[in-house]
Amino acid sequence: MLLIHCPYCQEDRPELEFRHAGEAHIARPADMAALSDEDFERFFFIRSNPKGVVFERWRHMHGCARFFNAARDTVSDRFLKTYKAGEPKPDLGGEGR
Amino acid sequence: MRKYSVFAIAREAMRGHRGWPEQWASPEPKKHYDVIIVGAGGHGLGTAYYLAREHGITNIAVLEKGWLGGGNTGRNTTIIRSNYLYDESAGIYDHAVKLWDGLSQDLNYNVMYSPRGVMMLAHNVHDVQVFKRHIHANRLNGVDNEWLTPEEAKAYCPPLNISPDARYPVMGAALQRRGGTARHDAVAWGYARAASARGVDIIQNCEVIGINRGPDGAVTGVETTRGTIGAAKIGIVAAGHSSVLMQMAGVQVPLESYPLQALVSEPVKPVFPCVVMSNTVHAYISQSDKGELVIGAGTDQYTSYSQTGGLHIIQHTLDAIVEMFPMFTRMKMLRSWGGIVDVTPDRSPIMAKTPVKGLYVNCGWGTGGFKATPGSAHVFAHTIARDEPHRINAPFTLERFRSGRLIDEAAAAAVAH
Repeated sequence: MLLIHCPYCQEDRPELEFRHAGEAHIARPADMAALSDEDFERFFFIRSNPKGVVFERWRHMHGCARFFNAARDTVSDRFLKTYKAGEPKPDLGGEGR
Repeated sequence: MRKYSVFAIAREAMRGHRGWPEQWASPEPKKHYDVIIVGAGGHGLGTAYYLAREHGITNIAVLEKGWLGGGNTGRNTTIIRSNYLYDESAGIYDHAVKLWDGLSQDLNYNVMYSPRGVMMLAHNVHDVQVFKRHIHANRLNGVDNEWLTPEEAKAYCPPLNISPDARYPVMGAALQRRGGTARHDAVAWGYARAASARGVDIIQNCEVIGINRGPDGAVTGVETTRGTIGAAKIGIVAAGHSSVLMQMAGVQVPLESYPLQALVSEPVKPVFPCVVMSNTVHAYISQSDKGELVIGAGTDQYTSYSQTGGLHIIQHTLDAIVEMFPMFTRMKMLRSWGGIVDVTPDRSPIMAKTPVKGLYVNCGWGTGGFKATPGSAHVFAHTIARDEPHRINAPFTLERFRSGRLIDEAAAAAVAH
C-alpha cells in the first residue's frame, strides 16, 4: 500500500484514504464543440502512460476530500513530490528521469 | 520436431528419458527477418505460429526482453470464456474458444484445456438484469450461456454459500459450460515449440529499445539490447509495455497500464469443480490440476510498471472468497504476484494496423487477454500477412477512439474492472 503525503493536510496517510484520479495537467478545452475529432481523441482518450515519472491527480477522499497532484515513479511506485492543485508541474531536477 | 505420443513416452522410459530434445531452439538473431514479433507471450508466439502455418511466412523472429511466457501469460488466472455482450466481442472471444477446443492436438502439446464451466454470480437486482441481458445477447450470437437459480448454482458448485444471510447473497448465476481453464505455461511452450519447428527464431533476453523507420516512414527494423535487427513488418504484442513500444515509433495509443494481482493457495485435493467469478464483490476462483486454488483480484487504482500491488487489494478479494466459500476460511495462501495490464478506455482490445507502414499492434487486452490467446493470435497473423484485418478483428481498430465506434464492454459491465 502506498503512503501518500497530502499537501493540504500536511500528513503522510495510507493509500486507503485516497482515490487516484487520472493523469494531471490535462486542461479541459473551453469550447468542446469546436474540437476536431483528432483533438477530442487526444484530450479524452490518449494518456502518456509513462514508464518513469508520471504526473497524476489524487483526491484525499477520506480526509480533506480535496484534489491535489503528485509526481510518482511508475517503476518503483515511489512518490517524488505532491503539490496543490493549480500549481505548475514541479521541476524535479535530478530526481525525475 | 519430435512428435509427442504415448509411444515416444514408452521409448524414452526404456532409455531413462535421455533422448528428449529441447522443445525449441535458441538461435542468435539474424540480420534481417520478414516479420518481427515483439513479445514472446501466448499472443505473440501464437501469432508467429499462425503466420508460419497459415500464411507460409517462416522468416520470423519473436523477441522477448525477459523469458518466454514470463509476462502476463504466466501471471493470469487462466480463465476461458466468451460470454461478452457485443457482437464484435462474441466474434473474437468465441473464435478463441473454438480454437481452444482442439489446440492440444493442433500443437501436439497438452495445453490442458478444461471446459469445466465458468459461473458468474449475481448478487443484486442489477446483476440479475445485466446477466440475463448477456444471456439473451449471447444466445443471438450462438454463444452458450444459461441462467441458474441459486439452488442450481450450488448444485453445480457445492462449496458455494447460498444462504440469504450471506453478506453478498447469491441471487442466481450465469453459466457458460464451454468456459473453463487451460494451463497457461503450456500454451506459451506449446506455441513456442510448434513455431520453432516451423523455422521461427525465438530470441529471449533481447529487449527492444528502438524502432527504426526509413525515409518513407515505414519500419525498417528494431534496435535491441543484442544489436540492430532488420524487418519489413513488426508486430507489437507487449501487453503492459505496449504504449512504451508504440511511442518508440511515435504513435500515441489510448492505453493505461495498471497492476493486476493474483494468488494461489497451498495445494489440496480436488474440492472445486468449476470457475466462479463475481464482478460485484470482485473475485475469481478455480482450482488448478496441481490442487492450488487460483484466485484473481482486481487492479490497483494507479498506473504502474512495478509488477506488484497493494496487499489491501488481495485482502479485499479474500474477504469475498471466504464469504462465498466458508470452507476456505482456514486455507493458507502460498504465493501472490502482480502483472501489468494495458487497459483501453472501452475495455476492448486493439488488434490493428497502425498509422506507421509495416507496424501492427495487438494490445489493450487489459485484465482478460488469456482467454483470447488462440483467436487473437490467429486473426493478428492474418492482419500482418495480408496487411488488412481479418473479418473478426476488423472492428478492433486504433481509429475507433477517434471515430467514436467504441466496443464498450466497460459500459456493458461484462467484465469486472
